[in-house]
Amino acid sequence: MPSATEQLVIKGLHVSVEGQEILKGVDLTIGRGEVHALMGPNGSGKSTLGYAIMGHPSYEVTAGSVELVGADGSRRDLLAMEPDERARAGVFLAFQRPMSIPGVRLADFLRHAVTNVRNPDRKEGQELMPMRDFRNELKAKMSELSMDTEFARRYVNDGFSGGEMKRAEILQLAMLRPKFAVLDETDSGLDADAVRLASESIARIGGADMGILIITHHEQLLEHNIPLKTHVMLGGRIVESGGPELAQELHKRGYERIRSAYPEAAAAEKALEESSRAAAV
Amino acid sequence: MSTATVAARSAFDAAALDTILSGTAGPAWASDLRRTALERLTALGLPDRRDENWMRTDLRLFKPQAWGPRPAPAPATPPPEGLLASAILSRDLAAESYADFEAGGAAVGPGRLAGRFASLDGHVVRCELDAALAARGVVFGAADELLAAHGAALRPHWFQVIDPSCDWFAAMHAAFHAASAVLYVPPGVRIADPLHVVAGISDGGVDTSHVLVVLGEGAEATVLTETAGGGSAGGPGGFHCGGTEIVVGKGAMLRMVNLQNWNTGVWHFARQKAVVHASGRLQWTLGALGSRLSQVAQDVALVGRGGSAQVNGVMFTEGRQHLVYNTLQHHEAADCRSDLLYKGALQGRSRLVWRGMIKVDKAAQKTDGYQRNDNLMLSNDARADSIPGLEIEADDVRCTHGATSGRVDAEQIFYARARGLSADEAARLVVAGFFQQVFDRITIPQVREALARAIGGRIHRIA
Repeated sequence: MPSATEQLVIKGLHVSVEGQEILKGVDLTIGRGEVHALMGPNGSGKSTLGYAIMGHPSYEVTAGSVELVGADGSRRDLLAMEPDERARAGVFLAFQRPMSIPGVRLADFLRHAVTNVRNPDRKEGQELMPMRDFRNELKAKMSELSMDTEFARRYVNDGFSGGEMKRAEILQLAMLRPKFAVLDETDSGLDADAVRLASESIARIGGADMGILIITHHEQLLEHNIPLKTHVMLGGRIVESGGPELAQELHKRGYERIRSAYPEAAAAEKALEESSRAAAV
Repeated sequence: MSTATVAARSAFDAAALDTILSGTAGPAWASDLRRTALERLTALGLPDRRDENWMRTDLRLFKPQAWGPRPAPAPATPPPEGLLASAILSRDLAAESYADFEAGGAAVGPGRLAGRFASLDGHVVRCELDAALAARGVVFGAADELLAAHGAALRPHWFQVIDPSCDWFAAMHAAFHAASAVLYVPPGVRIADPLHVVAGISDGGVDTSHVLVVLGEGAEATVLTETAGGGSAGGPGGFHCGGTEIVVGKGAMLRMVNLQNWNTGVWHFARQKAVVHASGRLQWTLGALGSRLSQVAQDVALVGRGGSAQVNGVMFTEGRQHLVYNTLQHHEAADCRSDLLYKGALQGRSRLVWRGMIKVDKAAQKTDGYQRNDNLMLSNDARADSIPGLEIEADDVRCTHGATSGRVDAEQIFYARARGLSADEAARLVVAGFFQQVFDRITIPQVREALARAIGGRIHRIA
């Protein structure tokens, strides 16, 4: 059924890592302008979903589809795209653990990223966004996010504290303005004040044209980003979806009710835990 | 059974030297140095792998008989330009990097060269010096004529800084150097724009040029030297056997850049040494992008109190290139500082060897010496060897060294790709970042940009 807005549509997604199936059939549809929360215990597959959407080479999609479906019904197959093509198609992943790139200033990195995302057909070697325009925009965004502009001169995530990394991810989100963003625990490792600031920042960046999937263990990040839907992942499946009140319930009471309500998924979770423990030994 | 050294024969022989001596405008004392070197050469074989400096250098495929002096190029042949000269003259570097832009780099326009010297296959094809500098006593140009005219200033240093008899290549160079250049900057004279020396060869060509740079007390200069041309691997290739001598006078300041940018069929042998006098400052950058095989000795001697030398190395190898560097930071006087940072990125089946030594004489108390070599492996088949060494006779010194070898992390590449950078762009950025630390030390922005761009252009897709 055509929708009034563009959607990220995930259907029956199965994903394996090193031969081990982590996602066992995920269905999820996010429209632009919507905020969805994805919760679930550690190891349930939340981050795997983020990586699979972005196209990490170690995450093998064995079944299912991930598509961008336009308001006119046009479909673009994300799984057929390289990670950078996905970024240029308007998909963003805020990493739970961003990589450092020593020697490369955040500003120079972002200038490449912004240029490519705004000119999806750009070939390497073609002009970058004019430095003056880029700098003006960057400084304005940093000021909106209450960030010291000196931050842009630092090397990408090199020697950053956990909080600084997360703020750098938010800055990139603000500059790249994707159609769809997956924020993978953008609140982890932050103190209460920092989470509040992150929550406000994300709310300011988002809006009617951005679909956001917030992966979190806490409800605090959702304070300023009231989810249209909350999804609970267990054992590689989304087992339950609800409104914002579901996030509050999970935050207060944990996952016991979910585990007992979905014994099959709970069993899958346990099996996965055991096999990963065996692999670690 | 004992084996006697078999002298290595080439077309660099007595007859060839007679031809050179009959045509030279150089003074008699310089010709005598050539004759002495030839005597030494005829007694020498190629360096042996039992020699520690040569044990990681494979000379089996080097055939000395293939090489000899080459005829002058046709009159209309254009002089080689060189990567660094192009960068200085024709590039507006505006806004290539955020930090440069913030520092006012947007205003950087094309620069000037204070002097230009070019040779092709051992023949001088260009020689220019800013007239205002000549009027202030600056001497720059072809060695033969200038040694005769300025013997008092140049003779004490000409082939006195490097040892012309230490091996076959050194002796060959001392006997047969051609299209050599000298720079003499009188005391107190400061030259703002760089002087440029480029040695070019044709496919199968030969270059034996020598460079002598002498800065008088309190003088300042920037000298850029580079190589260009030669054949690629599998063809006739080329042969370079060169030398660089540098004298930094009391309180003088020299920024020196040597860029080896031959095509990948060229054999490159170079002996380079700087002597830094009291309170003199030297910033010496070696870039290496080309050649089939390189054997380079880079020595710095700190002979006067309070001298300092910063040595930078930027190496990029690919294919089957094999580059060997032997460096020496020799502290002969007290209160001197030396700081060496060599960074190499290796692709393909290439090999990079760095063997570094900090030597501190008994008199050199309060020495501050540092050496470091970082290598980034871009393929599984490349190989890098880092062999730091310290030899310390003084008791109140601080000398440290370090070496690292790493790989580009696939997770870094994925992270950059997730932000819209192509795989190649991501790889280039990661490698550029690796070199940033050494680029940050090179205070000539055009040189930095030229090296960064040249390296960036050669990086293949990683993983």
